[in-house]
Amino acid sequence: MNVILNGIETEILDQMSVFTLLESKQITADTVVVELNKEIVPSDNFENVMLNDGDHLEVLRFVGGG
Amino acid sequence: MSFYPISDEYSKLPLLEKFESVTEADVHRAISATTASPEDFLAMLSPAAIPFLEEMAQKASQLTLQNFGKTIQLFTPLYLSNYCTNRCIYCGFNTTNDIPRTQLEPSQLEEEAQAIASTGLKHLLILTGDARKKASPQYLESCMEVLSKYFPSVSIEIYAMDENEYASLVKSGVDGMTMFQETYNEELYPTLHPAGPKKDFRYRLDAPERSCKAGMRVVNIGALLGLDNWRKDALLTGIHASYLQKKYPDVDVAVSLPRMRSHAGTFKPASIVSDQDMVQNMLALRIYLPRVGITVSTRESPDFRENILPLGVTKMSAGVSTEVGGHSQKGEKVGQFDISDERSVEEMRAALIKHGYQPVFKDWEPIGNNEVNK
Amino acid sequence: MSEDIFEIGGLKFSSRLLTGTGKYSDDSVIPAVCESSGSQIITVALRRVDLESKTGNVMDFIPKHMQLLPNTSGARTADEAVRIARLARAMGCGDWIKIEVISDSKYLLPDGYETAKATEILAKEGFVVLPYVNADLYIARSLVDAGAAAVMPLGSPIGTNRGLKTREMLRILIEEISLPIIVDAGIGRPSEACEAMEMGADACLVNTAIATACDPIMMAKAFGRAVKAGREAYLSGPGAKHRNAIASSPLTGFLSEG
Repeated sequence: MNVILNGIETEILDQMSVFTLLESKQITADTVVVELNKEIVPSDNFENVMLNDGDHLEVLRFVGGG
Repeated sequence: MSFYPISDEYSKLPLLEKFESVTEADVHRAISATTASPEDFLAMLSPAAIPFLEEMAQKASQLTLQNFGKTIQLFTPLYLSNYCTNRCIYCGFNTTNDIPRTQLEPSQLEEEAQAIASTGLKHLLILTGDARKKASPQYLESCMEVLSKYFPSVSIEIYAMDENEYASLVKSGVDGMTMFQETYNEELYPTLHPAGPKKDFRYRLDAPERSCKAGMRVVNIGALLGLDNWRKDALLTGIHASYLQKKYPDVDVAVSLPRMRSHAGTFKPASIVSDQDMVQNMLALRIYLPRVGITVSTRESPDFRENILPLGVTKMSAGVSTEVGGHSQKGEKVGQFDISDERSVEEMRAALIKHGYQPVFKDWEPIGNNEVNK
Repeated sequence: MSEDIFEIGGLKFSSRLLTGTGKYSDDSVIPAVCESSGSQIITVALRRVDLESKTGNVMDFIPKHMQLLPNTSGARTADEAVRIARLARAMGCGDWIKIEVISDSKYLLPDGYETAKATEILAKEGFVVLPYVNADLYIARSLVDAGAAAVMPLGSPIGTNRGLKTREMLRILIEEISLPIIVDAGIGRPSEACEAMEMGADACLVNTAIATACDPIMMAKAFGRAVKAGREAYLSGPGAKHRNAIASSPLTGFLSEG
């Protein structure tokens, strides 16, 4: 199935949680915030929230800024 | 919020000692500050500032010119009624004074209004005593029906009211409110105002703020200098004006500088306010609040009023009678206080022009009242 | 003299210099910048994770004692700023937010109206809101009403290093606004930060001028000292400037006549 991850259509395995998706992309879960279909996913819920076909995901982190 | 907690805080300070302990350096710092603080204001009102009055005058004069140009707004008071239930021991309208009491009927008012309008004045200040039953809010509104025909701007100087009453008067065409606290000394206040509605210090203190909330365009406060130590009352008046300016930036806040004069009664002022004191007060106020209007009445002499023109004053009364009906009938009535500058509006106008000042008869006229003058 | 405390959002700080994490040629200099400047508050931005290239995490370089101030840079509307603020809070680094709403890409000037809208929404949600705006009295007043914790007016357009072009307007804000005034943007030199503090600003935020200096660590130290010096000058009350003596008394002479 496919999800939109940070604006890019990405193919992922079925039965994937937010946490396993981040892991597969080598992103450390505690350095990011995730928005799933415009809703913020609390970080302690990453393992419980399962992804569906067509989901929009935004994964953000702090970067340098003034 | 109200000004009361602030005035209360000041009343607990040893103000006279503070005035005495101001140094020359404090005064210098105050005069040269880009924006003067309340402490700077206090320093400029202190005896230590007396040797530097000319320096203060130079700065005050420059600030006045910058903010107001060379103009003086003229207005005249119209006494509607001298019924009064108060016993202010320094006032000619004191309820125990045996003077003839009258109140203008709307027909007499028309005559009075025409007499004033014929001088060219457009800013009017209407006054009553404190007799709510006699000169009621409804009476004032009916007066406004007459006066609006002649004057684009009418201010009231009457008893303290509730916010909704001020709002009704604004609706009827009143756009300015003048109220003197007389003295900010809460302990002294009841001895000076022993009976009548005016006895309520705090209700009066908050009246200017209620009128700001009610939509008055100009709010003019003041203390009757001489009732208490003038420096203390001048300080609190400035702090009060600053409070209103900050909280109600849409209101044009002005301060009057009246000092005690004789009247029908035997009250002797607590302190004599000299010309020099008056000048010091005006200069300190102008430097502390560069945008504040400063009103000087005909209690002051023609010479004095001309000498202070460059120092901060922005509004003056002219062609004044403090008697009810005094503009259209000349009689042997008793006024609220004696005036000292008895010149007519025309004479005042000429004097201002001679000194290079433009007399302003009409500063503004509200638009959009949906009323058509026929 | 009692210690001069800078209080904001219920927290107390001894430093009045806020720094940023943007535009460094190498983020590894940030810890030393924090130390040499004495700064205790630091800004960060929130961005999409770059899935293609592996970049370092700026958070690894921010000392633990620093108060984090995420900004909403990239927001073009109030709604976008609110969205970014909520995401930033979900990072678990506190509820401070610097609101920045910019839709003009030529001058990068902040949109005061949208900023005030976002401030009101976020303040109600319990954020400590520090809005970045033009030095404008009416906007500042609306921010006070909206529940902001401070007002951050610009000294000159962002990133220009041109100093306090808004000097007269800043003076008015310092005088009229009861909230802390933090001069943000445009400060290019320590002398300019010092001047803002002398005028009575409560704090300064400096990022570009430090980050782009040849020696950011030394520049950070200079800014830290300049802000402190300006603050002390303000607190000590500068002496009077004397004009030339006035020999006669043209305006008050009448008092001694007759």
